Amino acid sequence: MAKLKSTFINMFLSLSIICLTVAVLLAQVNKLTAEPIAVAKAMKLQNAIGDVVPEFDNNPIEEAYLMPDGRGDSLLVYPAKKSDEIVGYAINSNAAGFGGNIQIMVGFDIEDKVVNYAILQHAETPGLGSKMDVWFNDTTKPSQSIIGRNLAEGALSVTNDGGTVDAITASTITSRAFLDAVNKAYAAYTQSNEDANTGATESEADDENIITEEDEITEEEISNE
Amino acid sequence: MNKNLKVLFNGVIKENPIFVLLLGMCPTLATTSSAINGMSMGLATMFVLICSNAVISMLKNVIPDMVRIPAFIVIIATFVTVIEMLMNAYVPALAESLGIFLPLIVVNCLVLGRAESFAAKNSVISSIFDGIGMGLGFTLSLTLLGSVRELLGTGTIFSLNIFPEEYGSLLFVLAPGAFIVLGYLISIFNSLQRKRQTN
Amino acid sequence: MELIGIIIVAIFVNNVVFSQFLGICPFLGVSKKVDTAIGMGIAVMFVLTIATIVTYLIHKGILEPFNLEYLQTISFILVIASLVQMVEIVLKKTSPALYEALGVFLPLITTNCVILGVAILVIQKDFNLLESVIYAVSTAIGYAIAIIIFSSIREQLALTKVPKSMQGIPIALITAGIIAMAFMGFSGIDQVFN
Repeated sequence: MAKLKSTFINMFLSLSIICLTVAVLLAQVNKLTAEPIAVAKAMKLQNAIGDVVPEFDNNPIEEAYLMPDGRGDSLLVYPAKKSDEIVGYAINSNAAGFGGNIQIMVGFDIEDKVVNYAILQHAETPGLGSKMDVWFNDTTKPSQSIIGRNLAEGALSVTNDGGTVDAITASTITSRAFLDAVNKAYAAYTQSNEDANTGATESEADDENIITEEDEITEEEISNE
Repeated sequence: MNKNLKVLFNGVIKENPIFVLLLGMCPTLATTSSAINGMSMGLATMFVLICSNAVISMLKNVIPDMVRIPAFIVIIATFVTVIEMLMNAYVPALAESLGIFLPLIVVNCLVLGRAESFAAKNSVISSIFDGIGMGLGFTLSLTLLGSVRELLGTGTIFSLNIFPEEYGSLLFVLAPGAFIVLGYLISIFNSLQRKRQTN
Repeated sequence: MELIGIIIVAIFVNNVVFSQFLGICPFLGVSKKVDTAIGMGIAVMFVLTIATIVTYLIHKGILEPFNLEYLQTISFILVIASLVQMVEIVLKKTSPALYEALGVFLPLITTNCVILGVAILVIQKDFNLLESVIYAVSTAIGYAIAIIIFSSIREQLALTKVPKSMQGIPIALITAGIIAMAFMGFSGIDQVFN
């Protein structure tokens, strides 16, 4: 079959048919994959929360709310409960790192101690700042690990600044930013704990209104990763 | 069949997209910080190559000459979007590590180049074999580059520890390392080719 | 102050070629002489700015409101391809001299990953229109700087003795790697602006 001539009508028809077919095909694949993609995003958040707080049996994502971090910003707090009793809080915090924004999930128990943390997103140098995902929770090295540290005793800072946490070798700036994020999370945590101990019924009423907005914010934050 | 096998192996050695044709450089440098990343990028590109080569070859007689480039681009972009969506749904961690280079497959000069120079002029079966061959060559080269960088940089290949991390030079995993390792690999390939030719 | 931060980061810290690996094919192919490099740099700046504005408006105006984000790749590349065609036609008519100078680079720009890459990046980074334009122009400046530095070095390299298997692309790549190392020295400058 000889090639179609490049007349206007042929060009128009062939391009239009191709575009139409393509649009239909993509819409179908989109339908097919939209749900697994949403599920994967939700799983990522669930896993991050599960990794950083003690065992719980509620749904922290549904009960999430915003808390001020003492610096004019608000952080998302995910309460973890067992048999309706708070066992800890997972807080989505951030800080300006060396290469960009660092987003972390840090978990505290009800005794102001750090349970664990997870790095959600960062742009730090690979092999240097990026080691923060395993540096600060290496419990075999207590001078650099922040696990179990009680933040009621004071904010965390690197030894170069007179603090008690060993920074990542050659990555002081990343380390400072990371601890900054943890400290911000702690500020939101203390607020949450206060609120939980005083006006429980009040905060629940507010929570219901906030929840739908929360879900949108959560998805936005995740899609920024 | 012999002819088609020749086409396939052509893409792996004689006209290796990275070491000989020097096409698709951007993803080559950017996604080879580890062996697994390089391999995934190669496989994703191979998927697009095979599909777009096949479809373009099927439609080569009904696409008027003057609109062939836009038409090719639309077809290639479609398959790129499909693999993007599939990877985001079923292997999201891999899709994240490939980052922006997954949608950038659409401007990979290799894909458009093969569409224009091969698929538009050959049969569907041959085009599919060309897609497989070029894709295989691309994937193998990316995996090789990724393995070398990962090994020299962190002492691991596919996350298997070969030697302790402290002996590695971080530079290889970073930007300059990409340029340098690729430069050396191409020169090694060149000298091997010349030795074969003089024999 | 934040805008200056965007500019400095885009040109030096996250240089589009030496740090983000975009635009390598034309970078290696068009950088043998300084004047072609300058021509390519200007052409990229031109197309990148216009393309970023148009794709930004399309994403915010059409794709997002109608939940069609999955059509981003395909709509962006079509816009870029048509834009380049139009720019060629317009240039030919309005400024034949400019067309003579830039004409040969324009078709190459369509497959230049810088254009599509930046278009997607400004959406990912959640910039507003002004920030996107500034980012695009700065990226193009960074690209022009990279390609001009590189071409001046290559002009010299062509006159030196290089081992046979290293000639051409291999030695160029190794040179690019050393320049990339130099650019790494800019890391951390953006701390000043935060």
